[in-house]
Amino acid sequence: MPRQKLITSENDDNDNEFHLYYVGVEDHSEGEKEQQMKQEGKRRRERNGKISRRTASEKRSAVTKNSDKRERKHDKHQKAARERRESVPRGKRQKRKNADEEVVEEECSKEKKNIKNLRTKTSKLEDKNEQGGKKNKKKSDKVVEVDINHGKNKPRDCNDVPTKENTTNRKKPKIISESESKSDLESDSELRDDNPVGVLSLTPEELEKLKEAMEEKKKLMATLRGKPWPMKNKLVILRESQEFLEKYEGALGKGKGRKLYAYKVVMMKKWMKFLRDFENFKTACIPWEMKIKEIESHFGSSVASYFIFLRWMYGINMILFGLTFGLVMVPEALMGKSYGTLPRKTVPREEETSAMNFAVLWDFGGYAKYSVLFYGYYNNQQAIGWLKFRMPLSYFLVGAGTVAYSYMVVIRTMARNANEEGGGDDTSFNFSWKAFTSWDYLIGNPEMADNKFASITTSFKETIVEEQESRKDDNIHLTRFLRVLANFLVLCCLAGSGYLIYFVVRRSQKFALEGLEKYGWWERNEVNMVMSLLGMFCPMLFDVISTLENYHPRIALQWQLGRIFALFLGNLYTFIIALMDAIQLKRAEEDIVKKNMTIWQANLYNGTVPDNSTAPPITVHPADVPRGPCWETMVGQEFVRLIVSDTMTTYITLLIGDFFRAVLVRFLNNCWCWDLEYGFPSYSEFDVSGNVLGLIFNQGMIWMGAFYAPCLPALNLFRLHVSMYLQCWAVMCCNVPQERVFKASGSNNFYMAMLLVILFLSTLPAIYTIVSIPPSFDCGPFSGKSRMFDVIQETLETDFPAWFGKVFSYASNPGLVLPFLLLLVLALYYLQSTSKTYKRVNMELKKKLQVLNEENKKKNKLAALKVASELEQERNAVGIHSNSVDSDLGMNEDHNGLNETQQHRQKGQKSRSLHQSQGQQNKDPHPISSTHTTTRPPASQSRAVPGHLPGNPQQPQRNSHSNRR
Amino acid sequence: MGGTASHNLPKELLSEYQELTFLTKQEINEAHKKFCQLQGRETGPNERVSMQNILTLPELKSNPFRERICHVFSTSDRKDGSLSFEDFLDLLSAFSDSATLEIKSHYAFRIFDFDDDGTLDGGDLRKLVNCLTGETDDACLTPEEMRQLIGNILEESDIDKDGTVNLSEFQHVISRSPDFVSSFKIVL
Repeated sequence: MPRQKLITSENDDNDNEFHLYYVGVEDHSEGEKEQQMKQEGKRRRERNGKISRRTASEKRSAVTKNSDKRERKHDKHQKAARERRESVPRGKRQKRKNADEEVVEEECSKEKKNIKNLRTKTSKLEDKNEQGGKKNKKKSDKVVEVDINHGKNKPRDCNDVPTKENTTNRKKPKIISESESKSDLESDSELRDDNPVGVLSLTPEELEKLKEAMEEKKKLMATLRGKPWPMKNKLVILRESQEFLEKYEGALGKGKGRKLYAYKVVMMKKWMKFLRDFENFKTACIPWEMKIKEIESHFGSSVASYFIFLRWMYGINMILFGLTFGLVMVPEALMGKSYGTLPRKTVPREEETSAMNFAVLWDFGGYAKYSVLFYGYYNNQQAIGWLKFRMPLSYFLVGAGTVAYSYMVVIRTMARNANEEGGGDDTSFNFSWKAFTSWDYLIGNPEMADNKFASITTSFKETIVEEQESRKDDNIHLTRFLRVLANFLVLCCLAGSGYLIYFVVRRSQKFALEGLEKYGWWERNEVNMVMSLLGMFCPMLFDVISTLENYHPRIALQWQLGRIFALFLGNLYTFIIALMDAIQLKRAEEDIVKKNMTIWQANLYNGTVPDNSTAPPITVHPADVPRGPCWETMVGQEFVRLIVSDTMTTYITLLIGDFFRAVLVRFLNNCWCWDLEYGFPSYSEFDVSGNVLGLIFNQGMIWMGAFYAPCLPALNLFRLHVSMYLQCWAVMCCNVPQERVFKASGSNNFYMAMLLVILFLSTLPAIYTIVSIPPSFDCGPFSGKSRMFDVIQETLETDFPAWFGKVFSYASNPGLVLPFLLLLVLALYYLQSTSKTYKRVNMELKKKLQVLNEENKKKNKLAALKVASELEQERNAVGIHSNSVDSDLGMNEDHNGLNETQQHRQKGQKSRSLHQSQGQQNKDPHPISSTHTTTRPPASQSRAVPGHLPGNPQQPQRNSHSNRR
Repeated sequence: MGGTASHNLPKELLSEYQELTFLTKQEINEAHKKFCQLQGRETGPNERVSMQNILTLPELKSNPFRERICHVFSTSDRKDGSLSFEDFLDLLSAFSDSATLEIKSHYAFRIFDFDDDGTLDGGDLRKLVNCLTGETDDACLTPEEMRQLIGNILEESDIDKDGTVNLSEFQHVISRSPDFVSSFKIVL
């Protein structure tokens, strides 16, 4: 019996659906006013069909509920329907509305179905106590009414509208839909007021079902937010299912288990709430989220992507800073020997006069040079302070750790991005994507919107032209020549800038040898200034050159990025090579100092107290002790200066290039002979790619220099923090949106790849210096050792048990290391080849899918043709007595729609859309019998129903049969 | 939720809203504040905010689909595109960061379906392209270009060849797009 019940209710549902889509279609035909006249006749027919269909559905629903009240209502519907014939246009809007609501109701009623099925079962049990029967009935009516009111807030709202007729018209369709679902609700409501005790008398399998139903409810509640229904309905469903859950949850367990179950449920609720709160908290903790969102809403996602990248960079630097600050700088400052105790920790006598100059702030000479900020300050004492903190080891491990961490993070992010972008390279939907997804809904700025309009239009036109003539190169020779010329010019620029930097660095070494005191500010900061200036002007030059090439903007952008990348890289490497030269010079100097040192010590003793071994050792102020040049500190200092000058130029260009330009343009525009705002200077654009590149190179310098200057991450953190605010402000107040608007999503991994390359290239020289150049003899944590990594060896020997050292020495034996390396290479090769295979399989699957699609298309076409020919016959048969058959047709079509929906449910497709489209298609059988010809090709009508004709005589029988039960 | 007087949502309602939308607590509160401001300009004690007022939001002002968005999310009986607070939340939820592709594409489909007939036909696509290219005459496509463009779109996405794009076809196309989820967003 319950099984039958289920069937009927399903039928009702489908009926409902059909009816609903029917309404939608009618509304549509209303909307197109120019066709109104044409469709007049058709609509009349539709109305007729509608009524007959409605009566049919009413009959069916009436079978399931045979109370008098229903019957009365039923009559009312019919009357309403009759009335509607007179005033269709008025009710239409309301109908559409109802249609929407009904969709939701139906969908949720589908979800409810299982539960209902179960409920009818339980209600059987309930019915045994007969005295409650009548009461139940009454209550159920009440509930139904409440439900109607619940869903019908809106019609009530419009009761304010004074015209009585209007409101009645509006209410009627509502009631119809309500009555159809009432049969369901009825069985529901009988159960609704039974108490948990009743549940206890359930058999185990029923209990199981109840549990299932509850699971269903829970699932529904979890997925509710993903359902495209109006909030009002969602709220109703949520409350209903919560109520249901609360009612039955406690009843499920038995005896002891019941309490436990209730406890579990409560804890689950608490946990969910906690999770939600935690989620809220987490989003509140993301720094600058609001700022970035604001920018996003003004400038679109590409500009915002820069700031998101900046924030990500800030996060990484935070970690690097934490490592160096917590494990190197603070321990040394707290536990190491204090300033002035050792020569390496004191400012030498000859620098004392200038050690407190203001220039120290950006030069990082003087006191800053002899502090924890630089490599040279650290002592080579193996363990410091009461914690026995292994300073040299810590220094070395932190240096290695920062690099390892950076590699890990960058590669992981790249892999994640690659996953996300997975399916993006499919070009089979070129036009559709352009049409459906090209608008950036975040754009809130009218200018930006205008630009976007223009760029979308041009992209449409471009693709059309490309499609029209796949390749029509006019004067390809000229373009080629120009491109070669442009590349030649760019190469010249790169070589020139490289040479300039090399020249300047060599010159600065000459100055340094002669002593910097003789020269002015420019000579001292020449290198950094030249590098920053080159970085500023060369990209502009490249931009000018790239206009020669006539590339598509996207390709041009990539070329531009590649060139700037090459420029920066070239500059950086020239700088490093020059630094290497400087290191060699310093080391030569160091040798001389070492020799002098012994002479000086000998002199010291000889000059004062000769041959008196008992006398206390002479105390020389550490500032007077001669010392080596300490090349490590020099390198660190160079990098710090580079960063500082780079930061300064960035900020100054921001101020001058953006802010002052904007101010000038805005205020001089009133008294100028041409339009400044739209003419030559105009406002500046925010250059995403340039800024990202700048950020990447800045990070590269940090990675390179951080080993020799532990203060670099801190400095960088400060810089990023300031530029976050400064650039946000500059973007919001003085930039105009880009003219060429690109989506950022495609280029994310491009930037990441650049970062990875830079990371590799910047760790290369650092590792080289660490591994191959012996550390200075009198400064830094590794002084006195022949190589910096000897510190590992030393730790192994002194701090670990002997066997460990032995194991380690065995492990590091070439006989073991080489096979291991070989194994790694083999593994790499294996993984690579498997991934290749996967790729190939992927491609094959894709191809298969395409072939399948093609086949399906052909099949559909064939089926459609077949059905069309059959329809033709049908038309001939039916067309003669069109009017008399009309109502029957409506009826049949009803079932046809039903079949369609069932089929589709079997197919597991998204039901709603398909129903809608079928509703649309089902419009067509009517005009067949009318005098007008259809505008739509007949092929569309029944693609999904190859077997069934609209007038299939067998279907209605089956349905009415099932309904009668 | 009685008009402008209540600036704070009741707690249960707030948690229910959180359950039903993709928004966080802060976002819902923010939305409520914005909505109350919009309501303040309204003349009557009406709970709904008319479309004109909704469209004054800077986030929607320059969107070519702004009126469609209001119509799609409005549950008003008068079909005037006015939004109640719950409709407004629905809107923000669909356009929020964490909404699923499915719901986003569903609403996108309804936004693009200008005549509300459940499919995207030639007329809908024409209107859509016109919206995308802006109102200015010089930027518009010629009829020939338009014809070709629409032909191409249908060629690509109309899998069952019935001359229109229905929801499942639309979702199929959209799900492959790399940009859709990141650009189909509105942030208050």
